[in-house]
Amino acid sequence: MKCTLLFLTTAAAFSLVGCKDANTAGDIIVGEYASLTGKEATFGTSSHEGTMLAVEEINAAGGVLGKKIKLITEDNQSKAGESATVVNKLISKDGAVAILGEVASSRSLEAAPICQSNSIPMISPSSTNPKVTETGNFIFRVCFIDPFQGTVMANFATKTLKAKKVAVFTDVKSDYSKGLAKFFKEGFVKAGGQIVSELDFNGGDKDFKGQLTTIKGASPDAVFVPGYYTDAALICIQAKEIGLNVPLFGGDGWESEKLTEIGKDAVEGTYFSTHYAPDVASDLSKKFVAAYKARYNGKLPDAMAALGYDSAMMLADGIKRAGSSDGAKVRDALAATKDLDAVTGKLTINEKRDAVKSAVILKVEGGKFKFVETVNP
Amino acid sequence: MEILQQLTNGLALGSIYALIALGYTMVYGVLRFINFAHSDVLMLGAYSAFFLAPVAERMFGPQSIAGALFIIVVAATICAVVGVLIEFLAYRPLRSRPKLTVLITAIGVSLFIEFTCQHKSVFGADTKSFPKLLASRDVAIGGLHFSSNDLIVLVLTAVLLAGMWFLVQRTKMGMAIRAVSFNEKAAALMGVNVNRVISYTFAIGSALAAIAGIFYSMRAPGIDPLMGIQPGLRAFIAAVVGGIGNLPGAALGGLLLGVIETVAGGIPGVSNYRDGIAFAILILVLLFRPAGLLGKSMVEKV
Repeated sequence: MKCTLLFLTTAAAFSLVGCKDANTAGDIIVGEYASLTGKEATFGTSSHEGTMLAVEEINAAGGVLGKKIKLITEDNQSKAGESATVVNKLISKDGAVAILGEVASSRSLEAAPICQSNSIPMISPSSTNPKVTETGNFIFRVCFIDPFQGTVMANFATKTLKAKKVAVFTDVKSDYSKGLAKFFKEGFVKAGGQIVSELDFNGGDKDFKGQLTTIKGASPDAVFVPGYYTDAALICIQAKEIGLNVPLFGGDGWESEKLTEIGKDAVEGTYFSTHYAPDVASDLSKKFVAAYKARYNGKLPDAMAALGYDSAMMLADGIKRAGSSDGAKVRDALAATKDLDAVTGKLTINEKRDAVKSAVILKVEGGKFKFVETVNP
Repeated sequence: MEILQQLTNGLALGSIYALIALGYTMVYGVLRFINFAHSDVLMLGAYSAFFLAPVAERMFGPQSIAGALFIIVVAATICAVVGVLIEFLAYRPLRSRPKLTVLITAIGVSLFIEFTCQHKSVFGADTKSFPKLLASRDVAIGGLHFSSNDLIVLVLTAVLLAGMWFLVQRTKMGMAIRAVSFNEKAAALMGVNVNRVISYTFAIGSALAAIAGIFYSMRAPGIDPLMGIQPGLRAFIAAVVGGIGNLPGAALGGLLLGVIETVAGGIPGVSNYRDGIAFAILILVLLFRPAGLLGKSMVEKV
């Protein structure tokens, strides 16, 4: 008797689960993978909040093709290897018709081949390494790429910082850092500058004084650190401690409130390039900032949040124009995206499936990021 | 000049490795196994300080010496208790089993602590900003640049090392530790309470790890639940290079490794391989001196 009862309860439980699945069958399922925890947690969190806001706005306005978008988010803990696992799960178990993510290029490069081989479109909000979209014709991004960002920073170093000799300090564990360092060096040498010292670190290291001492010995005018914010903050602190008092500057990997939280006064006077600044804004951008603030307790959106928002908006636009959520049709529609109004500027996808966008340069001042200039492609 | 600066950097880092290596070596001395959870006790020490800092600020004012000492003492006590608990719960029941069993258990304990602490409701996996415990000044003496914190760390480490030497060589408990490490059974027959000695060793080793964790976080003020792995691994190498089971050896190994790592990090083109260089040196040392730099080779009794 007991056995039968147990069987019945289990069966009931299963049928309940079945019901739940059936309910969501009418929705368009979109998978998102992000670094919600771990070393680059603020990237994933910002990006996810932007994406969530976009999905909520789309659904509130009636969804796409008469259906609601259901966003399923997986955390990869900022770890290598996790993205492949969670994206496989999103596609095969949850049945996602499109994938949104990641910020870090190394992790986007992990998931891209999986999406490509499953013919599922993937849109990366803010991975800037060119290799990401080179993976295949199903991979897109809504941000600029590192050859552009590297050139922007090279010009910034020569023109604004008036630097003639620059040292480059690269994170060899990260595809983003290696790519950006390469394009920066090419651009800086072309602009007539000289690279006086090139040293490496491993992302997650805590001690950089050995390398920084050598960099100081080469007496550069400025140091380019194309890394992520945790490492960048520690590098700024230790550079000050050994008396390396030249400006440090980096790329969009620096943009996080953790940079100033960890680096405190050591990051004052540093510069970095990124995708978007809330101060310089179109009407759409102002609307987005207001909506974001209202949704997340007055928090000011950063570039990762804005790009997360844009990635979801571009996907919704693509599905709408494709008239179906079929992978190949959505892909074709996404590839034809032209002059789409987005928070981070007009969005046009080029033949390499990259967005052509302008960059902004920010300065750390008084614990805040201050807008310096906009650079157009 | 540059090489002197590198030596200063290396010594400051190496003295922290030395503190961690002492814990590895002491536990090895009495129990003949590597306590892999040691590096996680270091992390717990850093997190204890992280949570104690606001309390200390309320009691002693911001960035005061009394506050820093209070934090160090309380964090060390917390970790000493944690260390004793780990030994009592995980290692003691396996005391009479083969050493390999205990070793694998140690790895298990380490993973358990790391992944429990990464959970959202414990510490969470994201990097936390470590508070400033002491107002630090950048000191420059004749072209040598370092932080006043480095100097404090160096001095405190020297004091702790001297204290350890005194404890092991000059006190009754130290004699008991040496007796157990020499021959556990004979020590037990002579009336030494082996369990107490082992608990004591874990308490001291873990307290040192906690202090090392705080010093380490003062140098690089971003802490996360996996922060112990890197320094732990290097301190383990330091302990082996110095001669595992040998206290001055652990200190020497730690300083040596800190200097090698810093100097290798400063060579363009090699900076990426600094861990590889440290391990290559470990292999070289062990090829020529299998018992480590200061270790005595012992004949295995059959």
